[in-house]
Amino acid sequence: MGTVMHKMMNGEIILRVEDIHKCYGDIEVLKGVSFDVRRGETKVFIGPSGTGKSTLLRCINQLTIPDSGCIWLNDEEVIYGGPRINQLRQKIGMVFQNFNLFDHLTAVANVEIALIRVKGMSKADARKKALEELKQVGLLDKANAYPAELSGGQAQRLSIARALAMDPEVILFDEPTSSLDPELTREVLEVMKRLARAGMTMLVVTHEMGFALSVANEILFMEHGTIVEKGSPSDIQTSPAFARTRMFLGTFQDD
Amino acid sequence: MSILSPVIVDSLPYLLSGVFTTLGLVILALGLGLIMGIPMALLQVYGPAPLQYCVRTYIWIFRGLPILVLLFLFYFGIFPILAFDIAAFWIAAVVLGFRTAAYQSEIFRGAILSISEGQMLAARSLGMSRVCAIRTVILPQALRRALPGWTNEYPILLTDSSVCYAIGVAELLTRGNQIVARIGDPMTVYVIVAILFILLNYGGQWIFGRIENRYKIPGYGHGDA
Repeated sequence: MGTVMHKMMNGEIILRVEDIHKCYGDIEVLKGVSFDVRRGETKVFIGPSGTGKSTLLRCINQLTIPDSGCIWLNDEEVIYGGPRINQLRQKIGMVFQNFNLFDHLTAVANVEIALIRVKGMSKADARKKALEELKQVGLLDKANAYPAELSGGQAQRLSIARALAMDPEVILFDEPTSSLDPELTREVLEVMKRLARAGMTMLVVTHEMGFALSVANEILFMEHGTIVEKGSPSDIQTSPAFARTRMFLGTFQDD
Repeated sequence: MSILSPVIVDSLPYLLSGVFTTLGLVILALGLGLIMGIPMALLQVYGPAPLQYCVRTYIWIFRGLPILVLLFLFYFGIFPILAFDIAAFWIAAVVLGFRTAAYQSEIFRGAILSISEGQMLAARSLGMSRVCAIRTVILPQALRRALPGWTNEYPILLTDSSVCYAIGVAELLTRGNQIVARIGDPMTVYVIVAILFILLNYGGQWIFGRIENRYKIPGYGHGDA
């Protein structure tokens, strides 16, 4: 583990996840998950379907309320029903598998709506900021298109722009490319890579192993509601300690 | 007697003023139903359990009773007991409005439920409160989706409104009956009444069709198939 965070050793811890448990009925989806996230770090969660990765991400911004455990963002507890939950959620961006764009709003309006309604920005300022974010993800020419008029890749880049506009401390990516074909996947991953390099703190649940291996500072392998193994991409590829993760990666390469 | 016979022509203005009474009833009822139906739908989807129960009971009652029963109940029962001395027209508008509210709230409830839950999650993840998310994300889309079903309430109300003849509201059918009683020739008079209903219906559908087109979300449609 010595080399795990060589790049990030100096980054301060901005997000702490402590012993998160979550049950759906009789099924315990998360069985005590803990980790820290440092500023500028990209953590990638991999593992078989149904092992709680997406639930874990949703617990972080309390879209799913954990049964027990704590989330701390910059020493402030993120808690559902807390007086500042809406302020804290602004600091935690989220990108969904199905984009979840607002279908009745143009691309630029999708980005600016929360700036206006949540941050209280003036319409002119919000428009300016929204256009900047669209430019960042290469969608300036689609500013006036509606979500139904966008390709899947464009839609997902738009949802990234929408999250970015809030100036979040960390962005959660919940299988952002799982509903895209390989070509569209590539254009979304390109944007994510750029963000990671620019120092955005990111937690990513994905099945894109190439992305995980090339961009992650740390890969966390989850199975049955716990983090089974975690390490840097190079450790996972070489160290004998990561047998389970490599077996999982092997099953991927066979596909 | 032909439609152009002088007796009929002389009666036409009296009949035509019934058009305004009928339209007034329908528009007031539609409006009342809209004002009540949207909050009722929101309560059904997002409200606390006791209020949901109240709304469901309301819907159960107003969808379960024949219009005539409701009209008599309010005209001879509830309003007189409450010592309100109100013209039959207003009582009819209220009863039709209460009834369509029950149907409309179900239309709006379905439309709200048809908006993907993911959009609510996305709105909340951006820091919107629940109320803000409902107002800026859910309702604008739900209302658009409700429009085709909602406009269907217009012809229903229009045709149902003729029942108000039973409590003496001077709407189209009531006036038709009065003319028949005076000059006879039911066939001609009722054909004119029927034509007027059809024209009202057609005109309304045309206007609502325009509204639907205007608020359509670009990119949504059924292709060219």
